Amino acid sequence: MTMQAHERSPGEPPATGQVTIPRQPTGWPAEPPVLSFHDVDMVFRGGVHAVDQVSLDVAPGELVSIVGPSGCGKSTLLRIASGLQAPTHGSVTAPDDHIAYVFQDPTLLPWRNVLDNVALCSQLRREPKSERLRKAQAAIDMVGLTGFEKRYPNQLSGGMRMRTSLARALTLDPRLFLFDEPFGAIDEITRERLNGELLRIFSGSRFAGLFVTHSIAEAVFLSSRVVVMSARPGRIIGEFAVPFPYPRTPRLRAEAEFAALTGQIGECLRGGAE
Amino acid sequence: MTITTPSATTPSAAQAAAVSPRAEAAAGAARPAVGEPALAGGQTSWPRRTAATAGPPVAVFAAFCGLWYLVSYVALTPRRRFLLPPLHEVIRVGFLDWGNFSDILRGLGNTTQVALSGFAIASAVGFTVAVLMAQTRWVERSIYPYAVALQTLPVLAMTPLVGLWFGFGLTSRILICSVLSLFPIITNTLFGLQSVEPSQRDLFALMKAGRLARLWRLELPAALPGILTGLRTSGGLAVIGAIVADFFFRQGQPGIGRLLDIYRNALETERLYAAIFCSSLLGLALFLLNTAVTKYVLRNWHASAQRKPS
Repeated sequence: MTMQAHERSPGEPPATGQVTIPRQPTGWPAEPPVLSFHDVDMVFRGGVHAVDQVSLDVAPGELVSIVGPSGCGKSTLLRIASGLQAPTHGSVTAPDDHIAYVFQDPTLLPWRNVLDNVALCSQLRREPKSERLRKAQAAIDMVGLTGFEKRYPNQLSGGMRMRTSLARALTLDPRLFLFDEPFGAIDEITRERLNGELLRIFSGSRFAGLFVTHSIAEAVFLSSRVVVMSARPGRIIGEFAVPFPYPRTPRLRAEAEFAALTGQIGECLRGGAE
Repeated sequence: MTITTPSATTPSAAQAAAVSPRAEAAAGAARPAVGEPALAGGQTSWPRRTAATAGPPVAVFAAFCGLWYLVSYVALTPRRRFLLPPLHEVIRVGFLDWGNFSDILRGLGNTTQVALSGFAIASAVGFTVAVLMAQTRWVERSIYPYAVALQTLPVLAMTPLVGLWFGFGLTSRILICSVLSLFPIITNTLFGLQSVEPSQRDLFALMKAGRLARLWRLELPAALPGILTGLRTSGGLAVIGAIVADFFFRQGQPGIGRLLDIYRNALETERLYAAIFCSSLLGLALFLLNTAVTKYVLRNWHASAQRKPS
């Protein structure tokens, strides 16, 4: 897949508040998808059938969530998308580069402080030092960790560690952003705040996002489309367009349409889990 | 040594919380910054703190001395008192008589030299072997059994052979010393290198990091706690190895082990006790040095080097 110039100039000041950018009505890509699964099957050695015939496209500016019971192969899909694993069957189209992956745990290096952790990816890509620091600082400002650059991971709360992890991913100028239950281990209040900030970051740049979560509410709040997977072997059993326009505010969670949609998705999920 | 009373964390946490920009930050700042001086100083006076710290070990030492005199004067008949001469006799003959004490110091110096050389060789070899083993499965599989065999082989059983090959002097002493202290370095370094979390490996794989970058930026730092543990264990073994080797390889400058042997033969138990004290001090010094290095290197990030709440 060809590289496209990235719209967000890295030097621009961190977005504050929510930014409205014109975007297409949810769903249908005029642009070619950034990520596309075609009939993907994954059978592990030992015979565990994790993913069964999954086809899914994610376009730029689209944030797609995957919900499903534990062990249904959601994380496997992310690993396949990132190229960490090759599918047993089927094909995947994804960018070669500019893929950001936020893992379940923040995977920070405990011997590096926040700044050096965030700069890790640039360092491994051998970018010059000044460039590295500039990018890292911009990303740190963007996730609201300004002033904590010299802290070590064991001096941070869980939420701040996850912010650091997000910042590290942002230094990659991602075209494709993969999230593997990033907020699963974080308390509800912090989690909702981080959801809001993630949306703010998402609105400021036009990456394609694939977000794996256990929480239906989180999926609906964040994404433009929610994909429901069945228990193992993971198959797509439902797809819901989320009609709420961006920017979204926390008040959305209290609205009746929001509850109706989460209820519908929950129904679908329960049907597939049996 | 820094002593922290339970109240030490409270003021600094409160301060940090007051300045933190968001509520979430307060949770993170609750731990005091590393290296920050304990704020408890103003609350308990230092004599009390010193007494609380030094009290128990001093009491144990007093009890030890009492027991010593009890055995020496009460349990032993004067004829057998040489088995445990009174403490002040040991100090007078062994430490205050400069002729005797300088002999002991010289022996200690020679043994230290052997121990440090053996330790350095073992560290270099052990580290290299472990890094090689961590790189590829087949290297590990082909070397590891022999590393274990080297450990289970009674080193003392090798001494006659080592003597025939390398002579009964300094070279053999250093060799025995390094063989004895090699194993902990290999196992701990290897364990450390292999303790990298899978998700961190994934991260480096995603960044297409090369093998060297992975080793230098991920595996070695992650292995540091293990490496340092290996060095600590191995330092103690190196001292033991050097003293034991003194017994077997007697040519050249006598080490403290050789002196122990001489004093035993002469039944000069005052000097024998003094020499034993000094040799244990050597091991202790090396251990403390290694511990200090460990604390310093890991000060920012490893739980073992952080101040414990009381």
